[in-house]
Amino acid sequence: MVLTRKRVLPTAMLDSLSPLIAALRADGYSVIGPTLRDGAIVLAELTSASDLPHGWGVELDAGSYRVRRRDDDAAFGHSSGAQSWKTYLHPAKVPFWTAQKTSDGFTVDVPPPDGIRYAFVGVRPCDLRAIAIQGRVLGSSYAARLESAFIVAVDCTEPGEACFCVTAGGGPACGPGADIQLTETVGPRYLASAQTTIGQAVLDTLPQQPATPAEREQGATAVAQAAERMQRHLPSIDLRDLLSGSRNAARWDEVAQRCLACGNCTMVCPTCFCTSVRDTTDLGGDIAQRWQTWDSCFDLDFSYLHGGPVRTSTSSRYRQWLSHKLGTWHDQFGESGCVGCGRCIVWCPAGIDLTEEVSALAQERQTDHE
Amino acid sequence: MKPKLAVWKFASCDGCQLSLLDCEDELLEIAAHVQIAHFLEASSASVCGPYDISLVEGSVTTPLDVERIRQVRADSKQLITIGACATAGGIQALRNFADVDEFRSIVYARPEFIDTLAESTPIAAVVPVDYELRGCPIDRGQLLETLSALLNGRRPRGPLHSVCFECKTRGTTCVLVKGTPCLGPATQAGCGALCPAYGRGCYGCFGPATGAPAHAKKVFNLFNSGAPS
Ligand code: SF4
Ligand code: SF4
Ligand code: SF4
Ligand code: SF4
Repeated sequence: MVLTRKRVLPTAMLDSLSPLIAALRADGYSVIGPTLRDGAIVLAELTSASDLPHGWGVELDAGSYRVRRRDDDAAFGHSSGAQSWKTYLHPAKVPFWTAQKTSDGFTVDVPPPDGIRYAFVGVRPCDLRAIAIQGRVLGSSYAARLESAFIVAVDCTEPGEACFCVTAGGGPACGPGADIQLTETVGPRYLASAQTTIGQAVLDTLPQQPATPAEREQGATAVAQAAERMQRHLPSIDLRDLLSGSRNAARWDEVAQRCLACGNCTMVCPTCFCTSVRDTTDLGGDIAQRWQTWDSCFDLDFSYLHGGPVRTSTSSRYRQWLSHKLGTWHDQFGESGCVGCGRCIVWCPAGIDLTEEVSALAQERQTDHE
Repeated sequence: MKPKLAVWKFASCDGCQLSLLDCEDELLEIAAHVQIAHFLEASSASVCGPYDISLVEGSVTTPLDVERIRQVRADSKQLITIGACATAGGIQALRNFADVDEFRSIVYARPEFIDTLAESTPIAAVVPVDYELRGCPIDRGQLLETLSALLNGRRPRGPLHSVCFECKTRGTTCVLVKGTPCLGPATQAGCGALCPAYGRGCYGCFGPATGAPAHAKKVFNLFNSGAPS
């Protein structure tokens, strides 16, 4: 995976994704992609293209997710799903080491890397950005997993009701980071381009026709139109400035009346990276283990310092989340921590909408200045 | 000398004690590291106190319970309450919102023989408690974690966050957002998000999450109706 190349225009037209998935599996990749399970589009291992959610779409709203039948057979006619790729690249629970008591002390064993090479099929443009953002935050084990991964990204031709990638600094066309890039067109058939040499090597083996100028045009138009159809937006002001100037906003108390501090927003967010470390022992005290687990700024224990947690109120915890995503992420990592995937809106049990909260903060600030 | 473990029962269904018997694979190991001194569900043989660790199941509902739990406390170095009855009064704490004399006269032919308190209270309302394990029933993983922590002289660690953390960790898609009512966002984690993993909503048996806001905790009025909010 190379992050710096310029977008290569689609060169090939594929009639099916079956040969691609078969080729990746034959290359030894564990192929992960969207599939329909328990009434949601989830990420899971794909054994063939028939595991993709062909013909399924979604209806999304704040705090609401329903799958629906589409009137075509599109495999990617649903927006960002229930999980993000951090499930694989930054797993929820990772063993750090195991210590074993010996007659004269103890030994410590660090588990070797699992050696799994993932091929991710159907990575959305927002998630492609999120993967790169997490890469700039997390260390070498993330980099190693990402380095060995093969990424098949797909442009969005139909934004979900919760998406706002355009005003989050991205858009429905894939940016850098993929090995192969697809645009789903009617049929479904797939415009494809290789963005890296390993992507090219795989694409070359697949049955294909050259993409015609008309087909390319059709794909490009569909992606461009998707950008026009976003239903949610961030206000077009300096959000870093808004958040740093809103520390004492009344809106934090208002949102805290609805927020349950459940942490779902951070867990589904493809860029949230926070973890905690916990130790376990066996009953006899012969074996001790250290684990890294996902954590969240909504967890009361998360801000536990000497003597107690420093963020006890829900408003302070919600403020931390929003301020980090859109404000202090810039100070730490030189960019925004939000790619506009809309997951935190859909999967919030209280239906709290990040874009609405930001707009309310902007409104409050403007009123205060008048 | 192995540390002495005792298991006590108050007003409860025995399900939590059963979780200890349920630790089939670990039971021999537990027995290798502690002396099971008092555990009537497993054996009628009983060794007298003091005890290093007492596990207490059930709520306090009679004047005799009050005396017994004071004695258990006096005999125990560490007292751990187990289950929704012991930690929150249990389903029997629904009486706390009604007139117990009226119940007594409706249910029993000779109500004057019934010696009961007006309220069903958690153990912690009567004596100090060192640790509490929530749930109806408790989670055997949490029980083992607590016992191994105490046996190894470290502090047991339990989550203060919601069941939602556990759904997300195990990859369960949220049933609430898909349309099934779920108390998980306000409920303390610990069960591993068992119910949502089988497609049903959490019914809150672990009680209010310590970290949940007060308005979220208002949903608890069944298993944990006696829980401090
Ligand atoms: S903050 Fe919300 S919209 Fe932004 S990247 Fe995270 S989950 Fe997606
Ligand atoms: S928003 Fe919260 S959970 Fe997410 S990265 Fe920031 S501090 Fe961590
Ligand atoms: S904003 Fe929503 S998802 Fe996030 S902690 Fe609050 S209630 Fe939970
Ligand atoms: S199913 Fe219930 S416990 Fe799980 S994430 Fe949804 S609301 Fe939370």
